[in-house]
Amino acid sequence: MSGKPRVFLVDDHELFRSGVRAELGDAVDVVGEASEVGAAVEMILERRPEVVLLDVHLPDGGGRAVVQRVAPEAPEVRFLALSVSDAAEDVIGVIRAGARGYVTKTISGPELADAIRRVADGDVVFSRRLAGFVLDAFAASPGPSADPDLDQLTAREQEVLRLIARGYPYKAIAKELTISARTVETHVSSVLHKLQLSNRHDLTRWATERRLI
Amino acid sequence: MTTETTRTIRRLSRSRTNRLVGGVCAGVARATGIDVLVVRVAVVALTVAGGTGALLYVAAWLMLPEEGTDRSLAQAAATDRGKDLGEVLAIGSIVLGVILLVRATGIWFSDAFVWPLLLAGVGLAVIWRQAGDEDRSSLLRVVDRFPRGGAGQSPLDLRSRRAGLARIGLGVVLVVSGVGAFLAASDAFSAVRQGVLASAGIVAGLALITGPFWVRMGRDLAVERRKRIRSEERAEVAAHLHDSVLQTLALIQRNADDPRAVVTMARRQERELRGWLFENDQDLPGADTLAAALARAGEEVEGLHGISIDVVAVGDLPLDDRTRALVAAAREAMVNAAKWSGDQTISVYAEVRDGEASVFVRDWGAGFDLASVAPDRHGVRESIVDRMARHGGEAVVRTTLGEGTEVELRI
Repeated sequence: MSGKPRVFLVDDHELFRSGVRAELGDAVDVVGEASEVGAAVEMILERRPEVVLLDVHLPDGGGRAVVQRVAPEAPEVRFLALSVSDAAEDVIGVIRAGARGYVTKTISGPELADAIRRVADGDVVFSRRLAGFVLDAFAASPGPSADPDLDQLTAREQEVLRLIARGYPYKAIAKELTISARTVETHVSSVLHKLQLSNRHDLTRWATERRLI
Repeated sequence: MTTETTRTIRRLSRSRTNRLVGGVCAGVARATGIDVLVVRVAVVALTVAGGTGALLYVAAWLMLPEEGTDRSLAQAAATDRGKDLGEVLAIGSIVLGVILLVRATGIWFSDAFVWPLLLAGVGLAVIWRQAGDEDRSSLLRVVDRFPRGGAGQSPLDLRSRRAGLARIGLGVVLVVSGVGAFLAASDAFSAVRQGVLASAGIVAGLALITGPFWVRMGRDLAVERRKRIRSEERAEVAAHLHDSVLQTLALIQRNADDPRAVVTMARRQERELRGWLFENDQDLPGADTLAAALARAGEEVEGLHGISIDVVAVGDLPLDDRTRALVAAAREAMVNAAKWSGDQTISVYAEVRDGEASVFVRDWGAGFDLASVAPDRHGVRESIVDRMARHGGEAVVRTTLGEGTEVELRI
């Protein structure tokens, strides 16, 4: 990816938007921002940013609604979800809607810029908490399953997720497992794919039942 | 005076919002300034006394436009539904013929009772054919079964309850009229008739007059209770925000030049507010589990050392001696990391799998050389390794100079 990623902000808190803008500074090119679902969808479709920084909690349907409405018309736009809540229901929900990553709002400026760059490059960004959620959600035996490939994580994927949850950056994970950083990426993408496409019913139920930590 | 009159006429319409049947009474009440209850009682009284009330009511229903429109149902029927009107007239003639036949045979109540009722019926038929959804649903409500009592708190339930009362009133009027007519027909009871009619009238009248009053009082009480609950909630939120959030914001402003203190305060406040907001969401037994205890330990260390500790847990176990020892050891590891690593963020990951609990405490700070730790520094050995061993677990410390430290605890 050459140059700065073109980023669009969606958040209903003006204060937070300006904070993010200031923090990201020159690292990215903010092409627009919106505070509500309707305006966001319209402007995203018009300006075609590379990455949309998306607040999970929005009035009128939340971040999920934005992803669901933009994705069919502009599949090349990638979404990075931001949230303060860490509620499994929200996180899993927005990922299943199609977001390429999830970070909490307490993330530092440089880390956020890095996450945006990675999402812009087509990578997947899993926070520690999201990795924990996924491990938890896939931990229960899936029961009768239409597609075992989608409904279960491989041992390697579990290892990668566990290391993410333990706080390892991709590079350290690669070193620990003696694989390449690219392979780590592949595993994470595959987990995201399973998370989005698996229809094991207890995934949703698990997320609904899971309370805030 | 003239302007007054025209304005009154212009404003005379059927109410959309305040209707028991067709919204006529409320419309008249609004246009004239008379209390709607008085208008309703007058209509009912006129209905009891010979049926003119019902007749007038249905006529007004037909002639008055609904609030917000300028065409009455009768106008609509006359202008754009000529065919329907013809149909109504045809059916009406047949009904009229049958009734005249019945009258001729002598099975008859009284003229003063039947004719108004018949006209009212015809009017209702026209309304039904011609009406919009609201009028239809009003009619349906009138003939619908009584609403089940008890559950009603919402405005909608209240409305249907009121409609139910109107139905009761209407039913009473009809029964009384029928009994009266029957008595009149069999002349023998003429002495009783007066008394029965009078008392029935009183009973029906009382029911109609006091019914709305009771309903309104119930509704007012419910509204008041809701209001009180809301204002209590608001007061509680305000008090809490004042005690914690505003205080913290003030502190943050005063300490603006000390970023570390600001971060610590902000994080503490965040956690406190989160806990307060989602307090009810947390499962009550959750307070006594490994994950919750680790989160608490993390918060304590965070508060003491001004760094941030992020606890992620997968699976959970209830607290017992062994898991308590695990938490204590993990806490010690967090304290060590906070004191020595120099890293600002410490990751704590707990996992329960197949009955085995592991906790990883990871920092990416300075790290140290395990071999060079002075033998008199007992922190790690005693409080972590030995503690774990005593409870049948183990502790592994992995560290590389410059690449941080990870303490793995398993039990």
